[in-house]
Amino acid sequence: MSFEPKIVGLLCNWCSYAGADLAGTSRKKYAPNVRVVRVMCSGRVEPTFVVKALQSGADGVLICGCHPGDCHYIEGNHKAARRIPLLKKMLAQLGIEEERVRLEWVSASEGDRFASIVDEMTEQIRELGPFNPNGGGQDG
Amino acid sequence: MAKLKLALYWAASCGGCDVAVLDVNEKILDVAEIADIVLWPIALDFKYHHVEAMEDNAIDVCLFNGAVRNSEQEKIARLLRDKSKTMVAFGSCACFGGIPALGNFTNRAEIFERAYVEAPSNDNPGRTFPQTMTQVDGNELELPEFFDTVLTLAQVVDVEYFIPGCPPPVDLILKVVDALATGQLPPPGAVIASDKTLCDECDRKKEEKKITKIYRPHEIIPDPERCLLEQGIICCGPATRGGCGLRCIKANMPCRGCFGPPAGVVDQGAKLVSAIASIYQAESDEEIARMVKEIVDPAGTLYRFGLADSLLRRKRMPLAKAPSAVARPLVEVIGR
Repeated sequence: MSFEPKIVGLLCNWCSYAGADLAGTSRKKYAPNVRVVRVMCSGRVEPTFVVKALQSGADGVLICGCHPGDCHYIEGNHKAARRIPLLKKMLAQLGIEEERVRLEWVSASEGDRFASIVDEMTEQIRELGPFNPNGGGQDG
Repeated sequence: MAKLKLALYWAASCGGCDVAVLDVNEKILDVAEIADIVLWPIALDFKYHHVEAMEDNAIDVCLFNGAVRNSEQEKIARLLRDKSKTMVAFGSCACFGGIPALGNFTNRAEIFERAYVEAPSNDNPGRTFPQTMTQVDGNELELPEFFDTVLTLAQVVDVEYFIPGCPPPVDLILKVVDALATGQLPPPGAVIASDKTLCDECDRKKEEKKITKIYRPHEIIPDPERCLLEQGIICCGPATRGGCGLRCIKANMPCRGCFGPPAGVVDQGAKLVSAIASIYQAESDEEIARMVKEIVDPAGTLYRFGLADSLLRRKRMPLAKAPSAVARPLVEVIGR
């Protein structure tokens, strides 16, 4: 059986979840690999959520929030914009590929953009192969 | 009342925890008053076979310090578990992996390569490595097997209590001794320390948590009155359990996280990423890149004592071309 990546999507309630909704209501066809969790803000996404998703069997984690300046809570997405790059540096030290964690800004009107991000990320992770939560490698 | 039987053991550790037991000074006489020590490799001449000869649950309390990183330590952990009524993970290494667990950024093959070939003081052209079994003049010599992954004590056997600290402070040790003497022990699974974070207990002056530059400890002489984090020094206080008596903070050094995560925190490193990134004032991509660059070693700094106990436990190693003869998959080790 071919490998189908499992991606956990953490989408902000105000912009990105509506954007994903728009992709659906406009009958946009995109990869079915993302499992969406609605959060109130990308600033609510603790780095622990991302690590926990990977450890629980996700192959990738996609975090989407409002564009900078558009946050419903004024600066939640600015905090996400700082946390996720620092988390990614830490995960890289733990041997986790860059492509597995992705932060994107998706507004409520960007259904097409959401669909193309999911398509692109799915293909990148398909290329990488499954994430091994038990350590990976022969010598894990 | 019959005297308690007490065992102390060290696995992958530096010996500091054993010294901490001696640091109770004259109170050690109180310990001797209530307990007979039946195993203490650093101080007394009892052998493993003395322990093996005991009946199960013959030992009342075992204070086990150090992480588990080879097969001998694993075997003795299981033996002491069988023989002890109460197993205590004593010190940060037994509780969370501690400094030895930084070895989880690599594996046995890489550690052996560094220790026996690459290190500048080595002369090993024949690439001789320790073997678990060696034949010498028809005799078999045995060495413990070195694991790829450092484990916490609780990943190997059931543990009743955790006393964190590198090393555990004297007052916490005495608290446990008192609890043993009076039989008033907390419920199993308890961490013998504070339930608050270190920041909660810290008495430094705290103002606005906004920083624009990260300093490594050698780059700055910190103001001894003000919050270290607010001065731009990475202090692990926000996601570290208190109860340590602020030993580092009082020496004007930042908290390095040896008491592990406080109650409710699942992953100390990820929580600290959140805390530090939240207070760093960076808006543009360049500023964010600068922050990421200034935190030179996030995994080593924020998981300094807790890598083995973190959600991911170790680095993912790239697939080796050919499996080594003694390879031991992590699933096999931690699956139990």
